[in-house]
Amino acid sequence: MRFRDLLAFSAGALRGHRLRTGLSLAGVAIGVASVILLTSLGEGARLYVTGEFASLGSNLLILFPGKTETTGMSPFVTGAPHDLTLDDAEAIARRVRQARRVAPVVFGLATARFGDRGRDIGVWGATAEMLGVRKIRLATGQYLPAGDVERGQRVCVIGAKVKEELFAGANPLGELLRLGNERFRVIGAMAPRGTSIGVDFDEMVHIPVSRGMKMFNKTTLFRVLIEVSSHEEIPAARAAVIELVKERHGGVEDVTVWTQDAVVSTFSRILALLTATLAGIAAISLTVAGVGIMNVMLVSVSERTREIGLLKAIGATGGQVVAAFLVEAAILSTAGGAAGLAVAFGLTRLLRALYPSFPVQPPDWAVGAAVLVSVGVGLLFGAMPAKRAARLDPIAALARR
Amino acid sequence: MIELSGIGRDFEVGDQPVHALAGIDLEIRDGDYVSLMGPSGSGKSTLLNIIGCLDRPSAGSYRLDGREVARLPEEDLSRIRRHQIGFVFQFYHLVPRLTASGNVELPMIFAGVDRRERAERVAQALEAVALSPRARHRSEQLSGGERQRVAIARAIVMGPKILLADEPTGNLDTAAGAEIVRLLEERNANGLTLIVVTHDPDIGQRARHRLRLVDGKIVSEERDAAGQPPAGGAAQAARAGAL
Repeated sequence: MRFRDLLAFSAGALRGHRLRTGLSLAGVAIGVASVILLTSLGEGARLYVTGEFASLGSNLLILFPGKTETTGMSPFVTGAPHDLTLDDAEAIARRVRQARRVAPVVFGLATARFGDRGRDIGVWGATAEMLGVRKIRLATGQYLPAGDVERGQRVCVIGAKVKEELFAGANPLGELLRLGNERFRVIGAMAPRGTSIGVDFDEMVHIPVSRGMKMFNKTTLFRVLIEVSSHEEIPAARAAVIELVKERHGGVEDVTVWTQDAVVSTFSRILALLTATLAGIAAISLTVAGVGIMNVMLVSVSERTREIGLLKAIGATGGQVVAAFLVEAAILSTAGGAAGLAVAFGLTRLLRALYPSFPVQPPDWAVGAAVLVSVGVGLLFGAMPAKRAARLDPIAALARR
Repeated sequence: MIELSGIGRDFEVGDQPVHALAGIDLEIRDGDYVSLMGPSGSGKSTLLNIIGCLDRPSAGSYRLDGREVARLPEEDLSRIRRHQIGFVFQFYHLVPRLTASGNVELPMIFAGVDRRERAERVAQALEAVALSPRARHRSEQLSGGERQRVAIARAIVMGPKILLADEPTGNLDTAAGAEIVRLLEERNANGLTLIVVTHDPDIGQRARHRLRLVDGKIVSEERDAAGQPPAGGAAQAARAGAL
């Protein structure tokens, strides 16, 4: 028996039951499409997040007080860790050769008031360096003044949403904004940016860092962001920063340095896991589609009992009967898989057109796996009905009317 | 040449063994015309199925052209059915989704005959049963007699030596039945061994070699003088139809 004839024979049998064939095709197509779509979304999320981090600049070190592994747990660390101070930040800027910009940060919450409007917002104490480190763009005015870190003038730069909500379209420059009990002159407003890695730049106010420390009554910095001149120098810079702070804190290593790479790879790992989970869920629907194929094939076998008996009477071997039914199942699953691929690619393309910033992209491995699994599922679930067909007793089959 | 000796066939029905055939000895020469008659349940169809290699005997020996086939594996029996035997059934057993020519083509597809040769042989076989104009019709568009003619074309398309017909006219009116008998006898006149299972004594009497079965045993066997093909087969069949 030639393969082309086998294919034509099985395809003919499927064409004989259009509705049934169409439904089981749809089952496989939905299974394959959902595998590809869900993994595309997961992969898109991963690319989006890692892209966001990369837009920060990949040369960033994040220094914060406390040693995460040991704080309060090790019997050898006595007393609280040393404060991370503005002097530490300044020393890093001065003495760590690889550090291009150093931006100390303190953080607190306050109620901002202008006229009769009030709003609870996040207040960042920062320096002029922040502008470059976090790549802030201004809509109007200027950013915090450079130099003179200690003095801490009462000036502020407001986020886009703060400007919109409190000043309602009026020009905020030169106005006095109340933060808690103090008044700050607005010297600039940031361009809308939205949320970047969990920080909503639109709903915050930046003030000079030393003013922030006084206002929130803090003796230690929240973070020090350090921009290194080149990516290759990150390990050296990291070691130098830790060494310097340790020296300044009496030989105790009581700070933690995160590198951008570590953050990115952590997120990337988490999201890859998410993608795998989504793929697993989608695989269930593919299995359900497989059971659907089995059901269709079983119905087909019992409905075509007489035909199978006849095929045997005219000299078809058991192997040929198995092959004919397996090919039917394979046609169902391959055609369904192809339809699912087409649907999935169409939808991801549509999503990309609607949300250009979200990189929805079917990962190659998912496409390959979905196609392989759908064909495999067809053959696996087609095998049992095909065997049943081949075992049919031709005499009993033909005796039926 | 078909040689059966001591053929038995037992079935299990529930816990009861049923002896469908017992001690059948029979010789059928090439080109013979045999009728198998007998009451329902006498074992006619079982015997036909064993001769057609669709079933295997529980006991005894079956030699087909000198080769012992009673114990051959299923694969080999398939090949014998494919090349040496053609079946015609009471209920035609056409595949409904296929056209007349599609049905005739079927045995050749499973035998791996190439497409051009298939088309040629389908045309010849349909010509032989005078159905060429209906080649593109599907079975539900054909009358009972036409369906059985398609089945005969399908049975002869592989060029078998033996043609087995199980109640071929059982579902047809007399005119259509007579036409089917005429076509079968025509194949026999061309040299095929023809074995017909029938209830109809008029058809059974037409055979040169007549067997009667009761309870799985041959109770009578009559043989005309050998090598005497029925004179004017078509005219005779038409008369049988008129009876």
